[in-house]
Amino acid sequence: MKKLSARRRHPLAAVVVLLLALAATGGLYAAFAPASKAQADETSQSLTIEEGKKLYSVGCASCHGTGGQGSSDGPSLVGVGAAAVDFQVGTGRMPAATSQGPQVPSKKNIYTQGQIDQLAAYIASLGAGPETPTSAQYGPEGADIAKGGELFRTNCAQCHNFTGKGGALTKGKYAPNLEGVAPKHLYEAMLTGPQNMPSFPDTTLSEKNKKDIIAYLNAVNSDQTNNPGGLSLGGLGPVSEGLFAWIFGLGVLIAVAVWVAARTAKAKKS
Amino acid sequence: MSSQDIPEENLPAEQEAAHVAVSIADEKDPFADPGLPPHEHRIQDIDERAARRSERMVALLFTVSMLATVGFIAAYVGIPRDKSIFVFPIGHLSALNFTLGLTLGVALFCIGAGAVHWARTLMSDVEIADERHPIEAEPEVRAKVHADFKQGAKESAIGRRKLIRNTMFGALTLVPLSGVILLRDLGPLPGTSLRHTLWSKGKLLVNMNTNQPLRPSDVQVGSLTFAKPEGLEDTDEEFQTEIAKAALMIVRLQPDNIKDKRELEWSHEGIVAYSKICTHVGCPISLYEQQTHHVLCPCHQSTFDLSDGARVIFGPAGHALPQLRIGVNDEGYLQALGDFEEPVGPAFWERG
Amino acid sequence: MSTTTNDESRTRGKAPAGERVADWADGRLGIYSLAKANMRKIFPDHWSFMLGEVSLYSFIIIILTGVYLTLFFHPSMNEVAYHGSYVPLQGQLMSEAFNSTVHISFDVRGGLLVRQIHHWAALIFLAGMFVHMMRVFFTGAFRKPREINWLFGFLLFVLGMFTGFTGYSLPDDLLSGTGVRFMEGAVLSVPIVGTYLSYFLFGGQFPGHDFVARFYSVHILLLPGIMLGLVVGHLILVFYHKHTQFAGPGKSEKNVVGMPLLPVYMAKAGGFFFLVFGAIAAIAAVAQINPIWAIGPYRPDQVSTGAQPDWYMGFSEGLIRFMPGWEVNFWGHTLVLGVFIPLVIFPLVLVAIAVYPFIESWVTGDKSEHHILDRPRNAPTRTGLGVAWMTVYLILLVGGGNDLWATHLHLSINAVTWFVRIFVFVGPVIAFLLTKRICLGLQRRDREKVLHGRETGIIKRLPHGEFIEVHEPLSQEQLHTLTAHHQYEPAEIGPTVDENGVERKVKGSQKLRAKLSDALYGEESQISKPTVDEYKEITSGHGHH
Repeated sequence: MKKLSARRRHPLAAVVVLLLALAATGGLYAAFAPASKAQADETSQSLTIEEGKKLYSVGCASCHGTGGQGSSDGPSLVGVGAAAVDFQVGTGRMPAATSQGPQVPSKKNIYTQGQIDQLAAYIASLGAGPETPTSAQYGPEGADIAKGGELFRTNCAQCHNFTGKGGALTKGKYAPNLEGVAPKHLYEAMLTGPQNMPSFPDTTLSEKNKKDIIAYLNAVNSDQTNNPGGLSLGGLGPVSEGLFAWIFGLGVLIAVAVWVAARTAKAKKS
Repeated sequence: MSSQDIPEENLPAEQEAAHVAVSIADEKDPFADPGLPPHEHRIQDIDERAARRSERMVALLFTVSMLATVGFIAAYVGIPRDKSIFVFPIGHLSALNFTLGLTLGVALFCIGAGAVHWARTLMSDVEIADERHPIEAEPEVRAKVHADFKQGAKESAIGRRKLIRNTMFGALTLVPLSGVILLRDLGPLPGTSLRHTLWSKGKLLVNMNTNQPLRPSDVQVGSLTFAKPEGLEDTDEEFQTEIAKAALMIVRLQPDNIKDKRELEWSHEGIVAYSKICTHVGCPISLYEQQTHHVLCPCHQSTFDLSDGARVIFGPAGHALPQLRIGVNDEGYLQALGDFEEPVGPAFWERG
Repeated sequence: MSTTTNDESRTRGKAPAGERVADWADGRLGIYSLAKANMRKIFPDHWSFMLGEVSLYSFIIIILTGVYLTLFFHPSMNEVAYHGSYVPLQGQLMSEAFNSTVHISFDVRGGLLVRQIHHWAALIFLAGMFVHMMRVFFTGAFRKPREINWLFGFLLFVLGMFTGFTGYSLPDDLLSGTGVRFMEGAVLSVPIVGTYLSYFLFGGQFPGHDFVARFYSVHILLLPGIMLGLVVGHLILVFYHKHTQFAGPGKSEKNVVGMPLLPVYMAKAGGFFFLVFGAIAAIAAVAQINPIWAIGPYRPDQVSTGAQPDWYMGFSEGLIRFMPGWEVNFWGHTLVLGVFIPLVIFPLVLVAIAVYPFIESWVTGDKSEHHILDRPRNAPTRTGLGVAWMTVYLILLVGGGNDLWATHLHLSINAVTWFVRIFVFVGPVIAFLLTKRICLGLQRRDREKVLHGRETGIIKRLPHGEFIEVHEPLSQEQLHTLTAHHQYEPAEIGPTVDENGVERKVKGSQKLRAKLSDALYGEESQISKPTVDEYKEITSGHGHH
C-alpha cells in the first residue's frame, strides 16, 4: 500500500495512468503492469541506491571504505554484486564483529529485507556482479532431487558432509551446517563463494544444477527430513554412532548385567 | 519391598547367630579364610506372599512378551512401508521400523527379564563351592603318555628311517604351494597401469556438472570446477576405474599469485588443473579454500597449496598433487596437453 | 539278563517322555557323562563376568540377522539405475550391492530393522569384546592356565575388527568406498609387493568390479567361520578351566563359589541373551545407523567430510592422520613411510596388549595356576601399563575423529592433530605414572584399614580432651579379603661371584628379567601387605585409633 501511494504522487504517474486508460480493459491491465512497474522502478532505483548508501556508510564503510573500495579491515566490494550482499547481510555474517576468529560466523540478521535490498542495490551500483536470484531460480519447481544429490556429492559434500551437516577446514575454519539456511542464501552462496568457499558460477554449475542441489538439501537436511531409522545422531557418521554404541548400547547392557549379577535383597531383622 | 512386612517369627534364628560367628576374628591367624559365610535367606525364601508376588511378576513379564509379539505381527501386517511418523524427541522416522523394533525389543527383553527375575528371587540362591583340580595330569599319567608316544614313534620308525621322514616333510611343505599358485589369477599384474590416465594431448576438459567442454571464460577466479576427460561417460563399463585416476580439479588464480614457475607454465591464463586424487591414500581431495588457495583432504587432512605447485603444507601426504598441463584448442576450449607426467594418487614402491 | 529286566521295568514304569528321549540320546551320544560334569557347573556372580556374554550374544545376534540379510543382498558391482521407493536416489547409477542395500532398507518390511540390529550389534560386539578383554587384563585372569584362552579372545577381537570392516564395505556406499580406497592406498605403500597385493586384492585397478564379491565371501564365510570355531573353543576352555573368582571368605585357588548352571545360570545367562537382544532391537528401533541412502553410492571422485571407519578401526584412522608425510625416494623406488609406518604400528598396538601375559609370566617365573583374580590396585605396574595402552588407543581414536572434535569444540583441526602427535607419546607416560600412584595409594589405604580398622566417622573426646575418630576393627571376612592377594618378590640375579671367587656369567636376558621384575614387584611398585604379626602388635595392648 505504501509503495502504491508513493507512486501515485510520482511525476510520471499521470503518464502511466493515461497509457493504461488508453490501452486497456481490465484483463489487459495485468499484462501491462510489469512494464509500467519497470519504468517506475528506474527512478525508484536511484532512491533505493541513495538509501543503501546511507545504510552502507553507517554499517559497512568503517571496514570496506567509504566507496566500497576496501581497506585493511575488509575487502573491496566493487563487483561483488547484489547476491553477495544479500547473502552476507541476510545471514547476519555482515556486519562482522571487529575482532574476528578464523572465520566470520553467521548470526542474527539486524536488517530488514528492504534495507538489505537497498544495500545490495548500492553495492551493485559500484560494479556489475551476480544479481540476487529470484524464487523461480531457487524454488523447488521442476528440480531433480536425485541429480541434486549427485551434484552435491561431487561439488559440496567434501566440505559440508553428505547431507550438509558441515565439516572442518584448516586452522579453525569450517564449512557450516546447511540445515535451516534459506534456499535463496544457498543459491547466493554457490553463486558468490563467500569467505573461503569457492564460487560455482553458472558456467560451471548451471542454474538448473543449483536448483537441484537446493531441492536435494531440502529433502535430506531440513526439520522435515525423514530419518527412517530413527535418531540421526547428528548425521555425522561412524564417530557419533560409535559413541552412541558405547554410551547407550554398552552402557545399558552393563547396567543390565549389574542387575543380573547383583545379590537379591536379603531378609534382615530390622 | 521392605523387610518390615515379614512376620518376625519367619526370620530364622540361625541367621543372627551366624552373623556373630563370623565377626569374631581367629585368634591365631586373623587373616585366615573364615570359610563361606552362612546362607542368608531372601525375603522370598521366608515369606510366601513375597514369593507369590515374584511369581506374578515373572508371569506378567512373560505375558507382556507374548503381547509384544502379537503387536509385532500386527505392525508387520498393518503398517505400510513408507509411512512416516513424528516421534518426540527423535524426529520423523519410519513407523514400521520404529514399531517393529520396539515390539521385538520388548518381546525379547521381557523374556530375559522374566527369566532373570525368576532366577534371582525364586530359584535357590545358596552358594555352592565346587572343587578345582589341577589341569596338569598326574605324574603317572604324564609318564604313561610319554611312554605311549615313544612307543608309537618307535613303531613307526620315523626317527630311524630318515629318508621317509625327510621326504614326507618335503612333500607336506610343497603341497600348499599349489594353493598359493592358484591365487595368481586374482588379478593382472600392475605393469605401468598406475602411471597412465585417460588424459592425453588434445583431450577436452569436460565439466563434471554440465557435461560440457570448458572454455577459459567459464572458470572464474575463486571458483572451483571439476572435470573429466572428454569421452568418459558415467555409464561406461570402466567409468569408476578411470575416474579414480582421471578426476580433475580446476581453479583459476591471478597469475601473479602463482609462486611456482612450472605451475605457471603449465597453466592457462592462471587456470590450473590438478589431480583431484590425494597423493596420500587416494581420497578425492577438494576442500578448496579460495582465499588461501589451500586444498584440504577430508580424509586425513593433508593440505596442499595450489598457488605453490600444490606443495604439501600439512598432514600425512608425501608429495605434491600432480598437475595436468593445459592449454586451449583452436575452438577456444580448454584441452590437456598430455597425460599427467607422474602417477596420480597414492605413492607406491615402483613410483620412484 | 539283568539289563533286560532293567529295560523292562523302565518301560513298564512309563518314564516321562523327556527322560526316554534323553536315555535314547545318551545311548548314542553319551550325554549323561557330559551332563554329569557340567549340569551343575558353578559360576560365580559378578557383573564384570558378563561382559564376555554381551559379546557372545551380540555375535549370535549378528549371525542370525546376517543370514537374513544375505537373503536380500546382492554382492555384485554391476552398475544399475535405481528405481526403488527412495526419491532422492531415483535414476542414480549405483552398484547392485548398493541398490540391494537400499532395497532392504526401504522395500523389505523389517529389512531396515534387521540391518540396523546387525550393525548396532556389530559395534556392541566389538565394544563388548574390548571391555571384556580389559576386564581380563586388569584382574590378571589371563594367568596360567588361561593364556591360550586369552589368545583365543584376542584373535576374536582382531578377526572381529576385520569382519566388521569387510561388512562395512559391502554396501558400496560413498563412506565405505572411501574406507576401501584408504585400505588400497595403505596396501600400495607396502614396499616391493604393494602394487601386486593391491592388484590381486581388487582384481586389477581400484575399484574394479570384484572387491564386493570378494569381501562378501570373506565377511560371511571365511572370517565368521574361523570366529565361530574360536568362540566354541573359548567357551569350552571357560567350562574346562572353571571360572575365576575374586578373593573372599570361602573362596580359594582350589574351589569356585557361585550358583549352579542348572537352574540359576541357565536362567540368568539364557535370560541375559534375551535382554541383550531386546536392548539391541530397541536401539535399532530408535537410532539410525549407517544411512547409506543419505550417503549415496560410491564414486571414486566423490567424497564427504567426516569420513571415518566404524569405531573399532578408528585407532588406525588416528595413526594415519597424525603421521607426518614422510616419503623416501631412492634408486627409482619410493618408500611411503607416511603410510607404511602406521600400517606396521597398527598390528603392533594390538600385539602389545596380547603379549603382555607372556612377558609377565616370564618375569615372575610363576608356574602355578591362578584362579583368584587380582584387584587392579594390587598389580600397580600391570594396571599402569594397561591404562597407558588404553590411553594410546583412546588418543588414536580421538585422532581418528580430529575433524569432528575440531568443529564441535571450535578448535583448529591442525591444533587437534598436533595434540594427538604429542599426546600419543606423552599421554601414556602420564597415564602410567598416575595410575601406578593411585594404585599404590589404594594399597596403602587397604593396609591402613587392615591394621587400624574402618573409619567410622564417629568422633570421640577422650577424658584429657583429645579428639579421636573411632576405628572399627574389620571382620575376619574383610581381613581375609584384603590380605588374600599374593605378592611377588623381585627376582634377583644372585651373587655374580661364586664362593670360590670365580665370576659367574650372567646372561643379558637374566639381567633384563631382574630389571623387569624389580619394575613390577620392587619396593617402588607395591606396598607390602600387612603381616599377622604387625596386626597383632597393633591390635594387642594399645587399643586402636
